[in-house]
Amino acid sequence: MANDPSSPVKLNVEFRTIKGHKFTKDGTKQALLNLTQDQGGNYIFEFENFPDRNVCKDFVASAIALSGEAGRTVPEKSAVPIQDEQLSAAEMERRIKLLQEDSDLQKLHKQFVIGGILSEAEFWATRKKLLEQNYSRRPKQRVALKNDMWSTKPLADGQSNRVTFNLTPEIILQIFAEKPAVRQAYLNFVPNKMTEKEFWTKYSRAEYLHSTKNVIAAAAEAAEDEELAVFLKQDDMLVNEARKKIRQVDPTLDMEADEGDDYMHLPIQDHGLPRNDNKDVLDSQYEPYRRSFSQHLNQHAAVVLQGRVIDVELGDTRSVAEALARTKHAELAKDASDVYLDKERLERISRMTEIEDLQAPRDPAVAPLSIKDPRDYFDSQQANAFSTLGDTVSGAKQLKCSVSTREAYCSLKECISEIKFQGLTEPTINSEVAFKVLNGLAQNISSNKYHLGRNPNESILDSLPKITREELLLHWSSIQELLKHFWSSYPITTKYLLTKATKLKDAMSQIYPKLQEIKESVQSDLRHQVSLLVQPMLQALDAAFAHYDADVQNRSARSGERPNGF
Amino acid sequence: MSPPVPSKILTDDVSLLMVLIDSNPHFWSSIKPHFSFSKFLSHVLAFLNSILLLNQLNQVVVIATGINSCGYVFDSSSGSVSQRAESLLPKLEEFAENDESLSERDDDSGNGVGSSLLSGSLSMALCYIQRVFRSGPLHPQPRIICLHGSPDGPGQYVAIMNSIFSAQRSMVPIDSCVIGIQHSAFLQQASYITGGVYLKPQQLDGLFQYLATVFATDLHSRNFLQLPKPVGVDFRASCFCHKNTIDMGFICSVCLSIFCKHQKKCSTCGMLPNVCRSIFGQAQTRDPSASQQRK
Repeated sequence: MANDPSSPVKLNVEFRTIKGHKFTKDGTKQALLNLTQDQGGNYIFEFENFPDRNVCKDFVASAIALSGEAGRTVPEKSAVPIQDEQLSAAEMERRIKLLQEDSDLQKLHKQFVIGGILSEAEFWATRKKLLEQNYSRRPKQRVALKNDMWSTKPLADGQSNRVTFNLTPEIILQIFAEKPAVRQAYLNFVPNKMTEKEFWTKYSRAEYLHSTKNVIAAAAEAAEDEELAVFLKQDDMLVNEARKKIRQVDPTLDMEADEGDDYMHLPIQDHGLPRNDNKDVLDSQYEPYRRSFSQHLNQHAAVVLQGRVIDVELGDTRSVAEALARTKHAELAKDASDVYLDKERLERISRMTEIEDLQAPRDPAVAPLSIKDPRDYFDSQQANAFSTLGDTVSGAKQLKCSVSTREAYCSLKECISEIKFQGLTEPTINSEVAFKVLNGLAQNISSNKYHLGRNPNESILDSLPKITREELLLHWSSIQELLKHFWSSYPITTKYLLTKATKLKDAMSQIYPKLQEIKESVQSDLRHQVSLLVQPMLQALDAAFAHYDADVQNRSARSGERPNGF
Repeated sequence: MSPPVPSKILTDDVSLLMVLIDSNPHFWSSIKPHFSFSKFLSHVLAFLNSILLLNQLNQVVVIATGINSCGYVFDSSSGSVSQRAESLLPKLEEFAENDESLSERDDDSGNGVGSSLLSGSLSMALCYIQRVFRSGPLHPQPRIICLHGSPDGPGQYVAIMNSIFSAQRSMVPIDSCVIGIQHSAFLQQASYITGGVYLKPQQLDGLFQYLATVFATDLHSRNFLQLPKPVGVDFRASCFCHKNTIDMGFICSVCLSIFCKHQKKCSTCGMLPNVCRSIFGQAQTRDPSASQQRK
């Protein structure tokens, strides 16, 4: 419908029905604002210029937010009330999620933050713990390295003489982690001497040769191909690493570990494992080409347990190799620079090997307990108990005992012998007295039941109608929230605190008459209970108001003095 | 082969009643004009006999609470035949003698009535009950009734609270019938926590009627009966410095003692709050009516 100023029809649409808004970009032909309804219709408004349209757009955004629920995760940032602090998207998400989960919190949030009484920052300032809890619930697990040693097992094609190796980036990462010599070779050879494909082909060939356990063939091929030899020989880098690790073992923790545990230097007798081909006495020239299973297994285990040390994308082999090399270098550098490490270890060793019996006695490092007399605490409780039960004055009097102990005991014993000889009194109890007692008890019980209800554990809240109960609880939690912020803003030192206190006080004075209303609206038999419930709320509010007024008076008195006193 | 017939057939309403009688001579001589010990005994004996008549398998055990000692004076299940309550009288006399001999020579107390050893007799009652629990799967339902009149002894506070909590744990209700002039805060709390009945009779010469109406019923029947309950138990805290009841106060984070004003040093545990060991924070303690709203 085109804009017709003379048209008598006014457009009156509730913001509740408007679901979202769209707008044309600044600078296009028309400045349009399109409001979509949730039933499907939409209204298109055309503006004279873009600034006007933008103002309207902001207003519409906040209006939609106000009338919608707080839990809508609208990606438009303008839907959230304007805030002073910069929030990350993650933080926003956390808050919204928390609001969605807890409806009471949502109500409070809506009432105060969207109502403008508290700012977002203040509201969430006291709830950091809630947000953190939510956040930490998210799992932070990462996938570890595969513990699969045989992933490079070739697929032997039975028909042709071809053996296929599958190398995924994961496998490459593991190879680089386990065999530093291969990594070094990669960095050296590729792309200078050979392409990546060639490199891996050579490596696969080396693996194949190893898997055939044909040491002599391995030696032969190594002699021909220099690069292949790198893969076939023992890994020197690994050897050095193992040696270093052994040296770093803390003797105070592991007294047994020594050079003999260096698994890389063990003779190839495989540490006790049975060997299949003892009969081979090979030349020493073949020794370097032998690979030991236990060494390989140890190294693999060490790498897997260490986990992922780098965070690089696995696609690019070179970068993976470089990253691993870098980390290793960093470790080496750290170790080299740790001159004090040895010294510290020596100190620690000397400390740990102290013999306790030969030490001088040490003073106990504790402060003596001083526990107060429970009497002091108890006396006050007694006074409380009496005041609750509404005891009369005569009860508070102390009984005076003017007889001596011996006399007291005498009279006690007399009483006992009196009964012994005379027997029980007949009748035990006077019938009138009994009747009176019964009546008294019955009345007491029925009046109690009337006042307190059947079950002593049942609360008064449950006997109220649902609406009243909900209102009361809501008011209680809002008052708590307001009072918390109110009292925390005192003593007032800045203007910001002053405005905050005033706003809070106004909000509280709005709730005050509502409480009175509730008291009156309830049925007459419940009125007393409800007023008992409401009483502490009113008292707390009164205390806050009194404090506020006193403070305002002080403030005005002080500022009144100044023009006179200078 | 028929299964062995149990020697006792215990129905729901069999009870084991532990009666704690206050035998504080000072208290009884001070209350002499209103109510004498002999009248008291006659009411109590009639009550005990009626309990034994209610059910053949009911058991009654009486413990006397003196000022220097406590002792068992009656056990209805001892001996081959159930005894009548009057047989407690000689034992009670003996107990009084013993108690007297334990008291100090020069104790001519003209200053107030001392307290009797309620904590001791509560503990003895609970021990007896534990023994009964362990005697087998079939046992009567125990409960404790305190006929107490002496004022509460503040030194016994911790011990009494401990026995109250263990009674609560073993699900043994503690009924209280206070025959003294003052209410007893300990017994109030005891009855409240353990689910027993607290009563302070208005007319002491109708004591038997009170006992028979309120305290004679077994635990099972109590589910169907309305028994008198006090108006409220005050759990409000009081500050340690002035003993006033407070709603808002400061708490030492080490020992949890409550003060109404900010203290430099906690007087109970001696910790200094500035040394980061106990931090004073404002706490709001509420009275029971408001605490219900927190649900």
